[in-house]
Amino acid sequence: MTDRDDVIRETHETSVAAAFEGDLPIGTRKPSAIRRLSGRYLPAVVAFVTVILLWEGLTRAFEVKTFILPKPSEIMASFVETSSTIWGVGLNTFIEAAGGFVIGVTLAVATSLAAARWVGFREGMLPLAIALNATPIAALAPIFNNWFGLTNPFSKMGVVAVVVYFPVMINTTRGLLEVDPAEIELMRSIAATETELMRRVRIPNALPYFFASLKVATALSLIAAIIAEYFGGPQDVLGQYIVNRAQLFQFPDAWAAILVASIIGVTFYVVILVFERIFMPWHVSLRKVE
Amino acid sequence: MTWAVEAKGVGKVFGGEAEAVEALRDIDLAFSPGDFVSLIGPSGCGKSTLLRLIGDLSAPTSGDLTVNGKSPEQARLDRDYGIVFQSATLLDWRTVKKNVELPLEIMGFDTAERSSRANEMLELVQLGEFGDHYPWQLSGGMQQRVAIARALAFKPSLLLMDEPFGALDEMTRELMQQEVLQLWAEIGTTVVFVTHSIPEAVFLSTRVLVMSPRPGRITDEISIDLSAKRDEETREDVRYYELVTEVREALRRGEWND
Repeated sequence: MTDRDDVIRETHETSVAAAFEGDLPIGTRKPSAIRRLSGRYLPAVVAFVTVILLWEGLTRAFEVKTFILPKPSEIMASFVETSSTIWGVGLNTFIEAAGGFVIGVTLAVATSLAAARWVGFREGMLPLAIALNATPIAALAPIFNNWFGLTNPFSKMGVVAVVVYFPVMINTTRGLLEVDPAEIELMRSIAATETELMRRVRIPNALPYFFASLKVATALSLIAAIIAEYFGGPQDVLGQYIVNRAQLFQFPDAWAAILVASIIGVTFYVVILVFERIFMPWHVSLRKVE
Repeated sequence: MTWAVEAKGVGKVFGGEAEAVEALRDIDLAFSPGDFVSLIGPSGCGKSTLLRLIGDLSAPTSGDLTVNGKSPEQARLDRDYGIVFQSATLLDWRTVKKNVELPLEIMGFDTAERSSRANEMLELVQLGEFGDHYPWQLSGGMQQRVAIARALAFKPSLLLMDEPFGALDEMTRELMQQEVLQLWAEIGTTVVFVTHSIPEAVFLSTRVLVMSPRPGRITDEISIDLSAKRDEETREDVRYYELVTEVREALRRGEWND
């Protein structure tokens, strides 16, 4: 759904809700809030349930073998049965992903700030960074294993950090640089220093770009962590768990682990979304129409 | 007396030798403190370029230019002027009041002083109740009023306005002109106003400088001898019409000279 749809939806719903609220005593406002939320999320819930039911129905109807595609009910049974194992395994993978995420984002922001501040740095580094970005970074995993040692979590965090680094660095740099020239002239006219320009114009201007790239990076960090795990290392992580279960033909267990990865991914994304709303109140308010 | 703005033989050439474009040639002018001067002319006559030279957003390639007896750069560093562009150029992430406070923050005013000055300026442009709004919640005319409040918040001696009402509808435009005149009467700053609207130039100014393109130069100067107090009746004054005609004819002469 695009932002525009969001706006239209919200305007419509706000006016409907307001019409109700006007007639009702204050204590009975809740139903309209629930109606508004359910109206917003209902299509997604319906789609989700439909896909699960179709999956269950079709795998039963065509007697699809479990090793090809398990039924959702089998996956759920395994999910419940193995929950004590898979959540621990998931947590280990999440620690690698989050650690690498923090390292990659920190380095990316530092590079972006330097690139926005010093033209020489920007002209020297950015083409190199873009060329490196074209390298399939997962290919580095065995080398990181060699550098840091197979069992050292930094070997996985390193891969994650490199994967996360580029989109965040490139987008943040763009946000810092793509400032309305009139805003720069305005700052110049009041004799603002470069540091003040950075703090009061460039950084706020870059925040939407930064958060957009962070949201992409959450998914990338988990992908990178799991792929890095496939290349070997401790066994109590999602990548190795999935490989081991698949080798033992325990496919519902493998799928249950994938479900855990997916839940962690969504949670990670939502956390970033919350941060975005805290740090950019003006951006959220842009979506509300009075 | 020190001129608010003085130019002697100022010229501006853009680009290298091969594809040089002469934007301004031999500009001589002198504005007194408190003048309201409009620069008027067709597109490409260099009126915005001239304004940018005065504001040190660009440097002349020849001649001498001083602002309050100083180089434009020194005047800029001394925060001698406020500027209003055609677009309001408000920072999206700041409320209206915080936008007005921006120059005051840069200049190191304390919080209380910033707040009281911003409130005062917003009252002056009749947006006292909108301090906590975000720019996108305001109409184009209101946004431009915020930009004017911001430009005047630190009481600069010179206000530079580059087609500030160019993007507004005619009704809003006339209201804004009235407001700018009131502000000017109240604050007494020198105003340099770029426009391509003849009625606007005549209604607002004490002097109108008529410019012509290729290369940009000043071809006429018309002193606006309307009474100091200007309102809707001024727009129906016979003298107002005469002056509008005079400026129009000066603009045509400039074109023919081409």
